[in-house]
Amino acid sequence: MRRLLPTLLLIGLSAFAAPPAYPPVTADQPMHFPRDHGVHPDYRSEWWYITGWLRTERGDPLGFQVTFFRSRPALDETNPSRFAPKQLLFAHVALSDPATGHLQYEQRGARAGFGLATAAENDTDVRIDNWALRRDAAGLYHARLVTADFTLDLVLNPRQALLLQGENGYSRKGPLPDQASFYYSQPQLVVAGTVTRHGRPERVTGTAWLDHEWASAPLAEQAVGWDWVGLNLDDGGALMALQIRDKTGHRFWAGGSWRHADGSVQHLAPDAIGFQPLRRWTSPRTDAAYPVAMRLQAGGLTLDLAPLMDDQELDSRATTGAVYWEGAVTAQSAGKTVGRGYLELTGYAGRLDY
Amino acid sequence: MSTLRSLTLTLLAGEIGARPWRALIGVLAIAIGVAMGYAVQLINHAALTEFSRTAGSLMGNADLEIRGPRGGFDETLYPRLARLPEVAAASPVVEVEAWLPAQRQTLKLLGVDVFRAAQVTPGLVGRPAQPDGGRLNLLAPDALFLSPATLAALGLQAGSTLTVQLGLKTVRLRVAGALPALGEGLRLGVMDIGAAQWQLDRLGLLQRIDLRLAPGVDVDAFARTLHDILPAGVVAATPRDTLQGTSSLSRAYRVNLNVLALVALFTGAFLVFSTQALSVLRRRSQLALLRALGMTRRELLRLLLTEGATLGFFGALLGLGLGLMLAAAALRYAGGDLGGGYFDGVRPSLHPEPLATLLFLALGILAATLGSLLPAWEAAHARPAQALKAGDEEVALRRLHIPWSGLATIAAALLLTQAGPVGELPVFGYLAIALLLVGAIIAMPQLAQAVFGRLPLARRLPVQLAFAQLVGAPGRAAIGLAGILASFSLMASMVIMVASFRQSVDDWLGAILPAPLYLRATPGGEAGYFTDAAQQRIVATPGVNRAEFLRTGQLLLDARRPPVALLARQVDPRHPGRRLPLVGLPLVPGPEESAPIWVSEAMVDLYGFRSGRLVALPIAGRSVTFLVAGVWRDYARQYGAVVMQLNDYRRLTHDRRVSDAALWLTPGATPALVAQRLRRQLAGGEQVQYLLPGEIHAVSMSIFDRSFAITYLLEVVAVLVGVIGIAASFSAQALARTREFGVLRHLGVTRRQISAMLALEGGLLALLGVTAGLLLGWAIALILIHVVNPQSFHWSMDLMMPWRSLALLAIALVAAAALTALFSGRRAMSGSAVRAVKEDW
Repeated sequence: MRRLLPTLLLIGLSAFAAPPAYPPVTADQPMHFPRDHGVHPDYRSEWWYITGWLRTERGDPLGFQVTFFRSRPALDETNPSRFAPKQLLFAHVALSDPATGHLQYEQRGARAGFGLATAAENDTDVRIDNWALRRDAAGLYHARLVTADFTLDLVLNPRQALLLQGENGYSRKGPLPDQASFYYSQPQLVVAGTVTRHGRPERVTGTAWLDHEWASAPLAEQAVGWDWVGLNLDDGGALMALQIRDKTGHRFWAGGSWRHADGSVQHLAPDAIGFQPLRRWTSPRTDAAYPVAMRLQAGGLTLDLAPLMDDQELDSRATTGAVYWEGAVTAQSAGKTVGRGYLELTGYAGRLDY
Repeated sequence: MSTLRSLTLTLLAGEIGARPWRALIGVLAIAIGVAMGYAVQLINHAALTEFSRTAGSLMGNADLEIRGPRGGFDETLYPRLARLPEVAAASPVVEVEAWLPAQRQTLKLLGVDVFRAAQVTPGLVGRPAQPDGGRLNLLAPDALFLSPATLAALGLQAGSTLTVQLGLKTVRLRVAGALPALGEGLRLGVMDIGAAQWQLDRLGLLQRIDLRLAPGVDVDAFARTLHDILPAGVVAATPRDTLQGTSSLSRAYRVNLNVLALVALFTGAFLVFSTQALSVLRRRSQLALLRALGMTRRELLRLLLTEGATLGFFGALLGLGLGLMLAAAALRYAGGDLGGGYFDGVRPSLHPEPLATLLFLALGILAATLGSLLPAWEAAHARPAQALKAGDEEVALRRLHIPWSGLATIAAALLLTQAGPVGELPVFGYLAIALLLVGAIIAMPQLAQAVFGRLPLARRLPVQLAFAQLVGAPGRAAIGLAGILASFSLMASMVIMVASFRQSVDDWLGAILPAPLYLRATPGGEAGYFTDAAQQRIVATPGVNRAEFLRTGQLLLDARRPPVALLARQVDPRHPGRRLPLVGLPLVPGPEESAPIWVSEAMVDLYGFRSGRLVALPIAGRSVTFLVAGVWRDYARQYGAVVMQLNDYRRLTHDRRVSDAALWLTPGATPALVAQRLRRQLAGGEQVQYLLPGEIHAVSMSIFDRSFAITYLLEVVAVLVGVIGIAASFSAQALARTREFGVLRHLGVTRRQISAMLALEGGLLALLGVTAGLLLGWAIALILIHVVNPQSFHWSMDLMMPWRSLALLAIALVAAAALTALFSGRRAMSGSAVRAVKEDW
């Protein structure tokens, strides 16, 4: 279950004259590639979400996030205007540098059309103006995003097979069968490229994680938010775990997967997962208290998650509409770092309302 | 020396104390001039400030505004511009001035892409009334966000519905929130751009693209390179251009009002001159005494100028207060454009500027000081010994004559009428009028001498005495004559100009409204139209013999000018004069030639579209060549209008909609009957506005009369000047002639005969002044009609002499002069004849 953020904006309380019929997510639709790398415009929402750790030539660690969202709003689609907002695209780019001490990020939104904001159907190729994420014929991802503070220009090389989450990509998000999404991940991406800050380009290398997910169902009514983590383990394994919290702060749903170094995949049942807050950090901007350090139980594994830095809060109210924490974390076992990844904490700055 | 100073002050205070009304009139006249000028400045400043503030919130951070005709341009320009490397952000805008049938007014509706507007014009992003799920309303097809001023003025709130007319149909929009960032004074509504294109019938079209450029890009240089990319009729304008264009909209109108204010100031200066001249004359012996007691010429001059400046100071102070009140009242009741219709949808408030306030204070003081300069100079240069004696007054006035300079000034004025406008303002025209006036006043005493010198000998005593007096001492009459001349000529010129203008507008309305019934698809805005089907329905309606359709649009030919009106209508190229009030003969284009257009006079002045020229017009994004086949008179559109044949327009644009229809009826059918049928039978017929030419005519003429109301104020001022000039003149004479009257009484002339003599003198003097004033007024009217009006407003008119009004005014003035002269003389005769003769000898 990851990142239903755009739905927060786009599932309004009211639907208009002729709202679109979103296709349901069912278990009997196998994924086909490269077609499923591309966009699925009929579904309500979709995203390509890349998070990872970089290291500069001087050896300094950086966290980064590049996300493209797509949304099909619940609006009358009979409008013949080329400006009709039938498909919306959003993007976030963020950089976590402990030397800066807070998240640097920028966000964009646009309605698809006029060749300015596009998402291709045959393979991953999505862009808003000069922000772009593209998968080439060799399977390499190219991400280039220019912001006022920094420019990311990265090539991400998949060294491992895709990891289809849930049942061959059918990923449950609640007890009901239609509370589900199509979801695959590409862990252990090898990253090379440049990060330019203050006009100075720096070569960087690192490891990243890509999620591509699309769905039609909104977050269950009882849910308030979720905790999600994706870890590239140092032994070559990959671990994804999430829990959806209800109004009382208890677990409403949970799930995950652990691909071992040998390639075997262990699917994690809801009761095989536990998130236990170790330390909270309170945002001075929103007063939200995020459990930025967690003890994760997953499939018999116990990992302590520690943030690269505390302030990795992202305020996306200008685009997708939520305030959440998305940060680089290390995973430690018995005091020893065994992996790196990203932790996502939502629903702490007031209820995620939609 | 201290005794001298106290004596001086006593004399000064005594003079004002003894004749407070005289000082008061000077003060009032200065006050009127200052008040008018200051009010015009205040109002315009307030309007422009509000306009630039609202334009600022509308333009946001935009560096360039890409604008096209009101009809819009192809939307594919947007991605082409957005992709240019120099462009940091591009925000497309759809703009429609729509009619609200329930509120009976128009509202500007903008369609914006919130994602793009957030980067360029954040003020145009609505704030949904519902805090959460309401955000989808930013994109909803029926959601409308209104500025606070609109919500207040229309009495709407979130959740209300607003009905808008489109074609002959109506669309219901839902008020989903507000535009809190927009200024208090701005009325507009914003919706999603896709929704606006769909709901407001603008598919495929944009009216505007706001651009924010990348850092370091030279805005002006980039705007020039854009010129090659933009389709015909689409321009790139900087916010500065937009503001400049807005300011220049009302410039000619403003300058004309300022000239009226200057005339009032001139009047004030003249009144100060006549009262000071008289007062110096009265105090001739006192002033001579001061000189004899040791006061230098310079000191005396300074003293008298200080007197004038003091009058000016109080007058200006009063004027500033009056101006402030006038401006506040005008803003409240007429709006920031003084009813001129230049700033739509803007509600300004007053912000007096210290600099302008000081300037008008200084102008008031300057006018009064200038007015007192000549009398002061003369008094300071009089020889004390001579001035202490009686009978020196005529010498004093004679010094004011400057031979031949009057005729030279008039000649210079006539030459200046030939000069063209400066910065599109009739600067030389106004200068010519001022010189003509000054020249005539200077030449007046000589004219008086020449005319009165030829008077025949009369038998009756009073007549003979009056003639002798007029021939003998014309200098004394100079002030009175100048007053009558100035006031009557200004009055006559205004009356002639307004009458000519009124008659021309009257004739013009008759020429452009030949049909008995007119239909307009909407009472306001631009979103109403008749479809092809509706047009056929109109033609087929029983009682309609023939229908002619009109499509209105706009052309943008220059970014710094307001758009030009485009009127596509049925015109017979062989007989364009049947539908258009042509000026000069039209050309009849041959079949092989370019399609003809007929342009208004403003097009000739502003764009050089002379008859016979081939010109390019941007039609539907392409540049099309037309032949200017004729020029017509247009009092409705000051910035230019182009008429083309409806068929040509349809061939070029494939746009079959029309906005107006003129109907000719079958015999027996009345306009009311046909209108009733159409209202019932035409789908949406209740939205249509049905107009009878008589109604349009009456409304237009009443608007005309209202906008010229300010000239009547000026006429009142002019009459005041005339009467006061005569009063001052005769008071001076009466003063000087007290001894003469005494001698006459001793010689056996009765009081009655002296009275008759005085009345005759006054009447004759006024008759001369009025006759000369009529001639001068006619000349000034010619300048107003043939120089000032065409250069300011780009329209011509035919001269019409309103003889009746002129004659009535002349008689009134002559009678007033005779009575004033009589009254002044009576007072002088009230003393004993013996004492009058004894004085001074």
